[in-house]
Amino acid sequence: MALIDLANPTRFLSLARPTLPWLAGLTAAVFAVGLVLTHGAPDDYQQGATVKIMFIHVPSAWLGMFGWTLMSAAALGTLVWRHPLADVAAKAAAPIGAAFTFLCLVTGSLWGRPMWGTYWVWDARLTSVLLLFLMYLGVIALWRTVEDPSRAARAAAILTLVGAINLPIIKWSVDWWNTLHQPASVVKLGGPAIHPTILLPLMVMALAFTLLFLTLHLAAMRNEILRRRVRTLMLMQAQAAPGSGS
Amino acid sequence: MNLFSSLGPHAAFIVAAYAVAALTVAGLIGWIWIDHRAQKRRLALLEMGGVTRRSDRAAGRPA
Repeated sequence: MALIDLANPTRFLSLARPTLPWLAGLTAAVFAVGLVLTHGAPDDYQQGATVKIMFIHVPSAWLGMFGWTLMSAAALGTLVWRHPLADVAAKAAAPIGAAFTFLCLVTGSLWGRPMWGTYWVWDARLTSVLLLFLMYLGVIALWRTVEDPSRAARAAAILTLVGAINLPIIKWSVDWWNTLHQPASVVKLGGPAIHPTILLPLMVMALAFTLLFLTLHLAAMRNEILRRRVRTLMLMQAQAAPGSGS
Repeated sequence: MNLFSSLGPHAAFIVAAYAVAALTVAGLIGWIWIDHRAQKRRLALLEMGGVTRRSDRAAGRPA
């Protein structure tokens, strides 16, 4: 089956139905391994056991950005190719990306208080991630405000592409400005600056969180397709009703 | 030594971070599951009322 064939929502649903249980099972298995590794990971020589917060904070941060990247790719699909599933994918990703960004902010705050002595500072990294969260809320609000899904999709796609400017700012904010947040220690030139005993659980947890994102996104896309079918049928029902003028 | 005390003096922050993560993930899963059930129920109600898409009628399958 060619990839373009999946553009058909019915075919997408028939593929999602058998895939979801397997993906969910794989996610649960990788999470179980990740949590065991997390529990057994040694304390950091400076941060002590609070380094365990990193195993959920860093994957959440990556997925908050991944969600917006996915929405940006889908926005191109909506605006350039008018791909039938592109706006479904974008709309379904927004609340999931927002949830992971929220998680990143909260866990970062809970990590910052014992390590920095404060829950929050208005430095470039923290502020740009907060902005990402607010942009997610803006896109979700836009989807809910405009009733016609195709009009909402175009407006949300433009907002998403404009908001994508924030992604490199988040990534390189710690290099461009003097921030309280530490610089990149995993994805950096010269390789990770983290000991393998801590890096391994982090990578496994990142894989688990990514699988969770993909599982939830697939399920949310399925829901969105069903929602659009309900809308279509309700419009047909309204048009067929006596006195509708059709 | 229980789990809480093994996490050192900042155990409350670590446990709170994992609790928020668990609640957020559970909330997402619950919301998507409830939404799926709601959409399926609405589709079934419309179908019971005789409203189906042309493509479904042609293929002889439910909406």
